[in-house]
Amino acid sequence: MQWGSFENFLAMGGYARYVWGSFGVTLVLLIGEVVLLRRRHEAALRDARRQAQLGGEA
Amino acid sequence: MNWFKYASPQTFYPLAGKLVPLFWVAALVLSAVGLYIGFFVAPTDFQQGESYRIIFIHVPAAWMSMFIYLVMAVWAAIGLVLNTRLSSMMATALAPTGALMTFIALWTGALWGRPTWGTWWVWDARLTSELILLFLYIGFMALHASIDEPRRADKAAAILAIVGVVNVPIIYFSVKWWNTLHQGASVSLTRAPSMASTMLLGMLVMAIAFWMYSIAAALTRVRSIILERERRSAWVGTLQEN
Repeated sequence: MQWGSFENFLAMGGYARYVWGSFGVTLVLLIGEVVLLRRRHEAALRDARRQAQLGGEA
Repeated sequence: MNWFKYASPQTFYPLAGKLVPLFWVAALVLSAVGLYIGFFVAPTDFQQGESYRIIFIHVPAAWMSMFIYLVMAVWAAIGLVLNTRLSSMMATALAPTGALMTFIALWTGALWGRPTWGTWWVWDARLTSELILLFLYIGFMALHASIDEPRRADKAAAILAIVGVVNVPIIYFSVKWWNTLHQGASVSLTRAPSMASTMLLGMLVMAIAFWMYSIAAALTRVRSIILERERRSAWVGTLQEN
C-alpha cells in the first residue's frame, strides 16, 4: 500500500480537488445516465402495454 | 447463421436484452480492477505527482468520445443508404452516451489542465475540436428531436453525423498538426508507450471498462427506442417480459 494512510489517499498529494473532482463527477454522470436509461425503458414498456390494451379493445 | 435476421427490431430487441446484463457486469468488474490498478498499483508520476491519475478516466473517455462518433456515423450512414430502421435507431441510441463521454473528457481535461498547465481551458486545436465534437453530438440529437416523422429525422440527422466525421481525425491528429498545450499521444501502435507499464495497464483496463459501459448503455437505449417507435406493431403488444 503506497499511501500509508487513508488521509494520504484522500489528499492525493495535494491534488484532491482535481482528482476527486474528476472521478466524482464522472461517477455521478454515469450513474445519472443509468437512472435515466432505466426510467426511459420503464416508460417505454408502460406505453407499449397501454397501446397493446387499446389495440385489443378496438 | 442469418445475420440479417437481427436487422429487424423485433428479433434484435430480445437479443439485446440478453446481452445487456453481460456488458453491465463486464463494465463493473473491469472498472473495479482498473480503479484498483490506477490508485493502488500504478506509482506516483515523477513530474505530475498524483494529479496524473486523472488519466485513468480522461483518456478512456476521450477515446470513447471519438470512437462512438465514428460508430454513430457509420450506423447513420447505413440507415440512410440501406434504409434500415434499426441502424438509424442504433445511431440515435449512441448519441447521448457519446456526448456524455465528450463532456467527461472535457471536464477531466480542465481539472487536469489547471494543476499541470496553470489553466482550465485554452482555445487550442485539441481542446477546441473536442468541444466541437460535443456540439456535433448535441446538434445531432437536437436535429433528430426537432423532426416529428422518425424516418425523416433519421435521414436529416444522418447527413449531419456524416459531415461531422471530418472532425474526428482533426481531434486525433490535432496534437501533431498544430502547436498545442496538449501533450502528444502517450500510446501509439508504432512505438513504445511513454509511461510506466502499470499506468498503461490501468488505463487500458479502464478503456475496456468504458467500452463495456458504452455498449451496455447504447443497447439499453436502443431497446427503449425500439419500443417507443414500434409500439403500434403487433409484436410489441405480445411482449411479456422487460
